[in-house]
This record gives sequence, structure tokens and C-alpha cells, in this order.
Amino acid sequence: MKVKKNFHLSILTILASLLLFTGCNSKKETGSSSSEEVTANSPTSGNEIVIGAVFPMTGPIATYGQESVNGIKLALKKYGIDKIKGKTIRLIVEDNKGEPTESANAVRKLITIDKVHVVVGSVASSNTLAGAPIAQKAGVPLMTPASTNEKVTQTGNFISRTCFTDNFQGVVMAKFAKESLGKSKAAIIVDNASDYSKGLSKVFKTEFEKMGGTIIDTEFTYTAKDTDFRSLLSKVKRTKPDVVFLPGYYTEAGLILKQAKQMGLNVPFLGGDGWDSPKLQELAGAEGVKGNYISSHFSPDDQDPAVQTFVKEYKENYGDQRPGAMAALGYDGMLVILDALKRSESLEYAAINNAIIGTKGFKGITGSITIDENRNARKSAVVLKTLPEGMAFEQKVNP
Amino acid sequence: MDENLTFFFYDLVTYLLNGLTQGSIYALIALGYTMVYGIIKLINFAHGEFYMIGAFIGYFSITSGMPFLIALPLAMFGAGIIAVIVEKIVYRPIRHAGRIPALITALGTSLFFQYFGQQTIGADPKAFPQAIAVKTYQFGEIYISNIQLIIFGSTFLLMVFLWWLVGHTKIGKAMRATSFDKNAAELMGINTDRIISFTFFVGSAFAGAAGVLVGLYYNTVEPMMGLIPGLKAFVAAVLGGIGIIPGAVLGGLVLGVAENLVVGFWVSTYRDAIAFGILIIILLFKPAGLLGVNRKEKV
Repeated sequence: MKVKKNFHLSILTILASLLLFTGCNSKKETGSSSSEEVTANSPTSGNEIVIGAVFPMTGPIATYGQESVNGIKLALKKYGIDKIKGKTIRLIVEDNKGEPTESANAVRKLITIDKVHVVVGSVASSNTLAGAPIAQKAGVPLMTPASTNEKVTQTGNFISRTCFTDNFQGVVMAKFAKESLGKSKAAIIVDNASDYSKGLSKVFKTEFEKMGGTIIDTEFTYTAKDTDFRSLLSKVKRTKPDVVFLPGYYTEAGLILKQAKQMGLNVPFLGGDGWDSPKLQELAGAEGVKGNYISSHFSPDDQDPAVQTFVKEYKENYGDQRPGAMAALGYDGMLVILDALKRSESLEYAAINNAIIGTKGFKGITGSITIDENRNARKSAVVLKTLPEGMAFEQKVNP
Repeated sequence: MDENLTFFFYDLVTYLLNGLTQGSIYALIALGYTMVYGIIKLINFAHGEFYMIGAFIGYFSITSGMPFLIALPLAMFGAGIIAVIVEKIVYRPIRHAGRIPALITALGTSLFFQYFGQQTIGADPKAFPQAIAVKTYQFGEIYISNIQLIIFGSTFLLMVFLWWLVGHTKIGKAMRATSFDKNAAELMGINTDRIISFTFFVGSAFAGAAGVLVGLYYNTVEPMMGLIPGLKAFVAAVLGGIGIIPGAVLGGLVLGVAENLVVGFWVSTYRDAIAFGILIIILLFKPAGLLGVNRKEKV
């Protein structure tokens, strides 16, 4: 007779553990990892300089990882062949599947087992935030080419980035909505599982209200990997916004755009660099993608000769694909690291880190990169219009 | 009528429609759960994976140029066959070892398919081809798409088919007999192994159909897509009373509607909390489910 009750109990336990596996990996990782000792006294002392890269090569934001690594490899192919300080350069790529837990594991592995000189990565702020404390604690420089959340570099003095932050990106989009599009009533839809999304929405809200716009007071949220947004969107529609700010990633943004069109929600949607992937067009469909705008780091349409050379070389190497923002950021990030390795006094961690954060006026294809006292890069942003055939350049905004 | 009241009415109908669509999907998956449980008392946690497999078979056949009306039965057949193979080589050898080993094995099978899929197909979501052009019909402020109608229609037809199969055919009678008392059924000359295989086939074919319909509805498929809907369908099956076929349908629809009402009138973050909260409450207060009858088990 007891069997039945125990059986129910065991099902509940198993369900609970399943949910722990899937649901809770977004937050806790930073806490648990910092309690562990990660020891890395010095980088590997062979005749190689080892660079560890942590990127989502698979998973919901896989195109970001793939593009970033393509950019990194292209930079190495062009400028990483010569020896630096008598050593050859080797790249190790770890896949974090777009998940914070895996990111933390990957950073730990690169530092303790591969003894890399420097870690590059990741994209998606939640992932970088999971790995950064481990690198900081071990005293190994970690540089992210693409994570824009403010908190990333606040982790500590070994964490830096070569892209702008959400403070800038949010201001750019708020300004664009108010001044260029002339909108005054915005709804914000936030991905609750993403530090990037939450950070960006906060900045947008403050800026948009400062300029005299109204933000609809209802909380519209979803969680990464959701697929059904119809009820959420009819709720948004009911509040009658004239513009919707959706700072998420392309997988959900694509579905939201598509379902919004089907629900008859015909106002422009604005996004950040999280939308900048060719998958957006695939998922949203031609109708869904039309008439929306994003802020990003780079446009392949930019007529600057350096940009055009990069686009041409990228296409030659990767089967005629147009490079997206992540490819350009990966490329620039790698160039900054190579430059830092050359300038660095020695190959000790601290020396490499000082060289990276001392970068001033480095001419990259995503703009001139100067790393400021908070280890963030100051550079220009672009606003792109999303079209069925790709992203089109709309305007460039300087800091 | 007061304007607010009109809006409330429109919203309510919209949420109900979305809920019924999502609930139909849950119901299709839950049917397989409940049938398998009914016949061998196994909670098949790998069931969500047959839904994923069905979605991918649909994805590959439509991208290779097949029309939807061929892709759907093909996906059902493929998912069913894979389920039969899994039953033969995974569940059958340990069928006599008790319930818990079978349950753990099912979890293992589920993980196997998820990660096998990530390794072979890749973990990035694929855009499901738009096999049927989306048309949206508008009634006042209520929008309903032809895809939603297709989902209602297919679910309804499949359920009628199942009702006929279980209640009015010889093989259905054999299924009921096996479920009632496996040993006695065997003594009466029923090949229970074959009946169990057949049950797996039908249940998983339904999940496969759900996979294709979801692909069509949300336009995205990926190897981990079976996990959460699988768990939700399990909740639906328990809610309706596990082992009871109409219960799975009722449970699925109730769950789908409840989730969409939560998203619509409250905060979407609580959607999954509500779904699993329902499970806990049902297990605590009415463990046999909405349509179930509490029976004392003999020792």
C-alpha cells in the first residue's frame, strides 16, 4: 500500500531535479564558482602562446559563437602567423552551448588544464558573467569582444571588453525612437533569464523618460526558450504602444516579430545587437522582419575601405557569407589581443592584462577602440534597419 | 456595452483560443504518456523526445520538398517506429525489474536522444519551413490563424480515431485487456508483447504529429524542444488521471488554458510555476487525477 505514495514522491523528486538541470542554470553559477579555488600560477611555459576562446558554437545563440570564432580565426590567419616574443600562437576554442554553467566550466578548464595566457569570450552577458569571476580569481586576463552588460567588467581588474556597453546602446535606441522615429509611448518586453536584456531595458526606460516619452507601466516578460508569445502580445497590443523595445536575442525575437504580425500588432519593434543574426530573418519571416530597427556594432555596408577589405576577405574564407557584427567584433578583439601581446613587457598574466587595458586609439573595423578606466571600450554604434534580405545601414552614432 | 468590458471579453477569448491551441498540443503528447502508463505502468520520460523526433522528421521531409499532407503521416510513422525500437531494446529487457529502474532508464533514454540530436543535427534552432501559408482571420479584436484551426482539426480527428481504435476494434479490446490484467490476457491468447509495442507506436505517433504541428505553429525546431512540453504533458496526464485516455485530453486543455490566462491576466514569468504547481496540488489532494477514481491497492 505504501508503494503508491513512494512512487509519487519519487516522481516529484525526479521532476524537481530535472527542472534544476534545465531552469536554474542562468543565475547561480557565479556564486558557486567563486567559492572554489581555481589555481593558475603562471601560463604554460612551452614555446607557444595559448589563447583560449569560449563561445557558443551550438545552442540558441550559436550563430554568434560561430561568427565570432570565424572573425578570430581570420584575424589570426592574417596577423597571427609571425612569432610574438619568439613564440607561436595557438587558439583553443571551447563550446559553452550558450549556457552560463558550461561557460564557467569552459573558463575553468582553459585556465587550469590548458594554462592559457589569455581568455577571449564570451558573447551573451550571462555567459561572460559566469566565467569572469573564475578568471578574475585566478588572475588571468579575460577579454570579451561582444558582451555589453555593465556588470561584466565590474567583476574585477582582469576583465575587459572591446565593445561598447548597454549604457551607450540603450541611449542610442531611446534617442532613435524619440527623435528619428518620433515615437512617444513605448512598451518594453524583457527576457527574464538574460542579464543583457534586463540591463538594456533599464537604460532605455531611463533615457526615454528623460526625453519626455512614456513607458507603459505593465511588466511584459518572457523567458529564453519560450515559443508561444501570442497571449503576451495581445496584452501588449491592448496597452496601445506606438513603439516596442525588445532587447532580447534573435531566437525569441524572431518568433515574437512573426507572432506580432499575425496578431495585428503593427508598430515598429526596436532591438539591440542581440538581434543581429541572419537567423532573425529566417525565424521572423519576410513580413515579420520588415520595418524594425536595431542598434549594433558594425554594418557590412559601411563604405570605409578597411571594412570593405574585411568583408571581402571574410567572404573568401567562409563561403560567401556576409559577416555580421559578431564576426567583426571577434576580428577586432583578436587584433587588440595580438597588439597587446606585442606591447606587453612579458608573458606574465598581469603584464598581458596591463597591455590589453592600456589599448588606446586602436584602429579596428568596428571603429577606433580606446579602453577606458573601467575597462570598457568607447566607440561608435550603428542603427540598422531590418529587411527581409538582411540588415541595412541607417545611421551612425558617436559616443 | 462598456468599453472595458468589451476589451476584457476580446482578451478572454484570445487567451482561451491560444490556450486551447497549446492545450491541444499538450493533449496529443499526454495521450501517449497515459496510454503507455495504462498498459505497463511506466512513466515514459522519453516521450517528449518522440515529439522532437516527429518534429525533425517533419522538418527534413518538408525541406526536401514533400507536401505537408505527406510529411505529417511520415513523421507520425517515423516517431512510432523509433518508439517501438526503443521499447524493444531498452524497456522490454528490464520490464520485470520493477517500476523505478524503468523510470530511471526512461530518463536516460530521454537524455540520450536530446544529446544525440545536439551532436548530429546541431543545437541551434532551425526555422521550420512554412509548408502552409499563414492566413489570419479577424473577428472584432479576435485573431485566429488557419494554423490554429489545423491544430484543432488534427487533434480532434486523431482523438476520434483513438476513441474508435481503443473502444471499437479487436486490437483495442486486446489493449484494454492487457491493461486490465496482463497475465490473464496472455492466458486468453493475446500476444501482450505485440500489444505493448502497438501501444508505444500509437502513443508516439501522436507525439510525432504534435511535433510537426508545433513546427508549423511556432516555426522553430531544436533537439531540446521535447523537454519542457514533455514535462507539461506529463503534468496534463497526471492532472486528468494517468492511464485514463479522456483524462489526458482534459488535462492538456485545462493546462494550456490555465497557462495562457496566467500570461494574459498576470505575469508570464509565473507560467511554468503554475503548471508545475498544478501537478503538486493534484498529487497532494487528488492523486488519481480529475477523472480518476481512488482505489485501494491490495497488498
